[in-house]
Amino acid sequence: MSLLEIRDLRVEYTTSRGTVAAVQDFSLDIAPGESFGLVGESGCGKSTLILAIMGYMGRNGAVTKGEILFEGRNLVRAGREELRRIRGARMAIVYQEPATALNPSMTIGQQLIEVPMAHGEATAADARLRAVRVLADVHLPDPDSVMRRYPHQLSGGQKQRVVIAMALLANPALLLLDEPTTGLDVTVEAAVLDLLNELRAKYGTALFYISHNLGVIAQVCERIGVMYAGKLVEEASAEALFALPRHPYTRGLLASLPRPGADKRTAPLVPIPGVVPAAGRAPPTCGFLSRCAHGERGKCDASVVPLLRAAPAHVVRCVRWAELPAMPPAAPPALANAPTDVGATVMEAHDLTRVFSVGRRKLIANDHLTLAAQRGRVLAIVGESGSGKSTFAKVLAGLDAASSGSLVVLGEDVARRPVRRRAAKLVAAVQMVFQQPEGTLNPSHPVGWPLARSLRKFGIARDRRTVDAKVAALLEMVRLPASLRHALPRQLSGGQKQRIAIARAFAGNPELLIADEPVSALDVSVRAAVINLLLRIQQESRTTLVFISHDLGLVRYLADDVVVMYLGQVMEAGPVAALFDPPYHPYTEALLSAAPVPDPTVKTTRIRLEGEIPSPLNVPQGCRFATRCPRKLGRVCDDTPPPLREATADHIIHCHIPIEDLRAVPPVFARAVATAH
Amino acid sequence: MTRYILRRSLEMLATLIVASFLVFVVCEFSPGNVARKTLGAFALQEQVDLLYKKLHLNDPLLVRYVRWVGVLTGLQADPLQDPALGLDFKDPRGKQYFGNFGYSTLFKAPVNDVLWDRLGKTALLAGLAFAVIVPLSLILGVLAGMRAGSVLDRSLSTLSIVMTSIPEFALGVLLVAVFVVALGWLPGTSPMVGNTGWSTASQLVLPVAVLAIYDSGYVARMVRTSMAEVMQKPYVRTAVLKGLPRRQVILRHALRNAMIAPFTVLLLQINWLISGVVVTELVFAYPGFGRMLLEASLFGDVSLIEAATLVALFVATATQLLSDVGYRLLDPQARR
Amino acid sequence: MSAVSNEPVSALEVAGRPSPNLLRRLPDSKVAMFGLGLVLIWVIPALLAPVLPLKPPDAQDYLAMAHPGSSASHWLGVDPLGRDMLSRIVWGARTVLAVAPVAVLAAYVVGAAMGLLAGYYGGWVDAAISRASDVILSFPVIVLYVILIANIGPSVANIIVAVVAASAPGISRIVRGLVMSLMHQEFVAAAYLRRESDVFVMLVELLPNCRGPLITDFCLRLGYTTITIGTLGFLGLGLPPPNPDWGGMIKQATSMITVFPHMALYPTIALVSLILGFNLLADGLTELSQAD
Repeated sequence: MSLLEIRDLRVEYTTSRGTVAAVQDFSLDIAPGESFGLVGESGCGKSTLILAIMGYMGRNGAVTKGEILFEGRNLVRAGREELRRIRGARMAIVYQEPATALNPSMTIGQQLIEVPMAHGEATAADARLRAVRVLADVHLPDPDSVMRRYPHQLSGGQKQRVVIAMALLANPALLLLDEPTTGLDVTVEAAVLDLLNELRAKYGTALFYISHNLGVIAQVCERIGVMYAGKLVEEASAEALFALPRHPYTRGLLASLPRPGADKRTAPLVPIPGVVPAAGRAPPTCGFLSRCAHGERGKCDASVVPLLRAAPAHVVRCVRWAELPAMPPAAPPALANAPTDVGATVMEAHDLTRVFSVGRRKLIANDHLTLAAQRGRVLAIVGESGSGKSTFAKVLAGLDAASSGSLVVLGEDVARRPVRRRAAKLVAAVQMVFQQPEGTLNPSHPVGWPLARSLRKFGIARDRRTVDAKVAALLEMVRLPASLRHALPRQLSGGQKQRIAIARAFAGNPELLIADEPVSALDVSVRAAVINLLLRIQQESRTTLVFISHDLGLVRYLADDVVVMYLGQVMEAGPVAALFDPPYHPYTEALLSAAPVPDPTVKTTRIRLEGEIPSPLNVPQGCRFATRCPRKLGRVCDDTPPPLREATADHIIHCHIPIEDLRAVPPVFARAVATAH
Repeated sequence: MTRYILRRSLEMLATLIVASFLVFVVCEFSPGNVARKTLGAFALQEQVDLLYKKLHLNDPLLVRYVRWVGVLTGLQADPLQDPALGLDFKDPRGKQYFGNFGYSTLFKAPVNDVLWDRLGKTALLAGLAFAVIVPLSLILGVLAGMRAGSVLDRSLSTLSIVMTSIPEFALGVLLVAVFVVALGWLPGTSPMVGNTGWSTASQLVLPVAVLAIYDSGYVARMVRTSMAEVMQKPYVRTAVLKGLPRRQVILRHALRNAMIAPFTVLLLQINWLISGVVVTELVFAYPGFGRMLLEASLFGDVSLIEAATLVALFVATATQLLSDVGYRLLDPQARR
Repeated sequence: MSAVSNEPVSALEVAGRPSPNLLRRLPDSKVAMFGLGLVLIWVIPALLAPVLPLKPPDAQDYLAMAHPGSSASHWLGVDPLGRDMLSRIVWGARTVLAVAPVAVLAAYVVGAAMGLLAGYYGGWVDAAISRASDVILSFPVIVLYVILIANIGPSVANIIVAVVAASAPGISRIVRGLVMSLMHQEFVAAAYLRRESDVFVMLVELLPNCRGPLITDFCLRLGYTTITIGTLGFLGLGLPPPNPDWGGMIKQATSMITVFPHMALYPTIALVSLILGFNLLADGLTELSQAD
């Protein structure tokens, strides 16, 4: 018997602009103890679905059709008290942002204890004992002290463990997880995912996991559903889905993600054209048709497409599934095949240090950074939050000034010369693309305005006619129609805004472009298009690109050189090929092992870091990584800064462990590397 | 925390000094001069000029301000009490003591004799009003904010807006028209003396009502906004989806967080109350601090204005400090 | 790269999020429209006062004083001096509606400049402006008005000065907060990367984005200022006679309230309805801005 059975569900929202069907025609079964993953992008209706299951849709949402059977009871028709008894007891939820999910003015203990008590299962003393035990189960050190603390006294990862503990307190049969690791650092995410797998084995709880991240889903779930525009478009076992995806959207998603071992020359990303439709805006027949490479007018838009059985346990909502060509689809022409030659040094940092004063304490954001970028190459800087990568980007762009050290860009030391003190030519030569598409454009001005303004300020164009022509050319360069220049930013999608941001950065013909996580806030299916665009323009103009990212898969794909940073220092640096095979810096090894891989057949070594990144206000004395290093040698790591070791002439590692020993470490992607060759 | 309170107290003192100086500056604009007002309209011009000279009123502003501070702190004797002036101004407390606000030219009495009695009467009025405002606005605000957008919310919110849209003086006139003129239930003036045929309690009803209605509407709107905001917070959703009963969700999870912001507003109402008091006291001829301040301003009684302003500012800044300290105690995130 | 170039893009295809321009969305809010209606009830006759067939607001009709209530020649009756109430209320609307917006606008110019400077530069500029604002804000409002007006004298210009002095610090606080949150936005960094000047960033990049909250606050302040002007009139610190002024009219009529309540009632209703209009407008605008 199924634990959760959803039949023909339709969830609608009423807004001032009419009724929107956020979830349509949705059916699903989850067996007791099973782990089911649902993948989808923003606005596809997956969060609505989870809240509908919980019976929490707000004033303007309602289930208008279908039923949700949970342990045999129809939740759609359940009364308030019946729902209350189920919530938190038989079915619990873990939220996307643990920081806001916990009540800021109550202690963790108070918030945990009330769960069993509300369900009449325990006295206060029993509830307390149980809470402490579950906190220990989620591996929070010193549960008793955690009980007394307020949420703001815990780190993000710790808060998420508390939320998981809260959900597990009443030992529910079903755990709903709404992007529980989004926003957490990669190493913390890996530990939380491990924890979920461990707890599922221990408690036998069924998981319903929703995420936009195929890699994460692949790590936790046995069965996977893919949701697009409010409908389930494909469902299969994890192995079958990744081995033989049937729906063009699933295929597109997989093709737009960098695969382990692939890079921009061997296996370019294939983007899905177009943008994700807003909730309820997709056509009723096939929601993906406008973006589909295999669509056929008259066939795909003839009638509402039902879920079709492609294999015994594999359903797909595509009328042409049997006629689709085999995977992988034809790759677009690759970038220039020859590896980028090593050109002149465009940017060179030497002992660059940036220290902030926080009250009487010192926050060391960048500590004696030494690194360089060559003309026309892509230098990726990788690190988790607190690594200082964004501070470096700001100093380089001139939005901040270094405390000491030198930073030579195009022959001038700009370490202590922010934008205002740089010559106009230098400012135009060093430009930046920012992380947040929402904040990158001024909402009060049309999108063509910053482009025209840049052209004028950099003296590229002066009279109106030239400016207009150049703006049109810039829009053409980023593949946007010229008519868009009069649109306001709110009329654009995230991907389109980032394209404008790229166009703006290239307005002054820069020699060095800094891109700070330019695609991390975008929907998965539009990331590839923006990345390809950025790389194409970069290559055509032979601009040096400093690409800042926490996503190792992406870095592997696009970088020529990589610098790995941790707590303001360089851990390892070298050409991209050298970095992803031993010898690794232990931190690089842990990062690689933590990165979620969108392929369940790839098994990575399990290296998990203890605890969390120390505060940059209070950094370890010797090696910065010593407090969490799984390969720590001993006291020397704590007390002495590590020496610089050269694996090859251009591949350096800061570590006490001799290079030979690091070379002997087994590679993280054992099978992946083998299959790639 | 002690450090914080100490620092804030120093800031408060600085505010008082700057503000009292500002009042001094503004009073300079006043037509006529202190000497003329002290002596009255029928004094000869020579007498006025003589007094003007004796009081050193042609000294620069700053010098006179320092002298006033000197008198206030007891470092200096009050020049108006000098028998040589022949004004016959006498303060039973002496002419040099700490807290000497000088002599009121309007009431022809030491400011300290006038001020505190009036302040006491006003404190009674404001205290009663506050005792109505707090529960009334909390109930209105919480009920409305609990279910934002519901019929109950819409009606209570509209009621609150209407309440804040009636200026105190207009409300006073309306209430008098109904309860005094039409119904004859209550007295139209509140001189707070027994010989009018109305008890002092009945004399307080209308003034308190005017103050309470206007301010409750304002505070209720604040509480409603805060409550509605908190009800939207993910942690309230967490509480609901934990399976807590609705009562517990609201009382344990929503209410405490929703009170943090209005708490500040509520204490700042003291500031508004003082404003309202001026108008209300005038409408009902209530012998309080507000009316005294108004009369002193119109007359140009600088000593009394200064004293009254200092007291008003002290009350305002002290409650501000109190609310900030309370805020820190209520919100664990602000506690350090 | 054919895969990139075939992306079909049209501005219309993208989700039509509600316009940030609050005023354009005004019809979406019933509350705001009702408030606007109330305000217009006064704005329209106030604008048309000179051409309406009204009696002169100062003309005394001694005959009507015997029966000051409503009559065919004086629809709303006459005041204690025998002047036509209807005419005085309409001309009084003209005064309030001319003074309040101008005063609030002036306060906005000063307050926005203070807030922009404080929020943009931070540091000692911020400290100086904020401390000065704190001093003004710790005065009970009416005390500030009374002391100011009693000393500089009641006139239109002085009332505007007083409104600016009393309101600018509050506006400055709001603008400062908005600017400080906007400063972290990446479009500001992008402006620096074009070498824009401080003044440009403040006026062209930051200020236009403060619009939404400021429009709401503007309506609220119109309401407060209307209350203030009325109160000053009632305290005898309003516009000097013979300017018809609602607050002054109410004061004048209070002595007659036992005999002729209409003399106080009509201007009170006029005043309350206008303030209510401003407040409802502000409430509706807040509701609209939170709807997204």
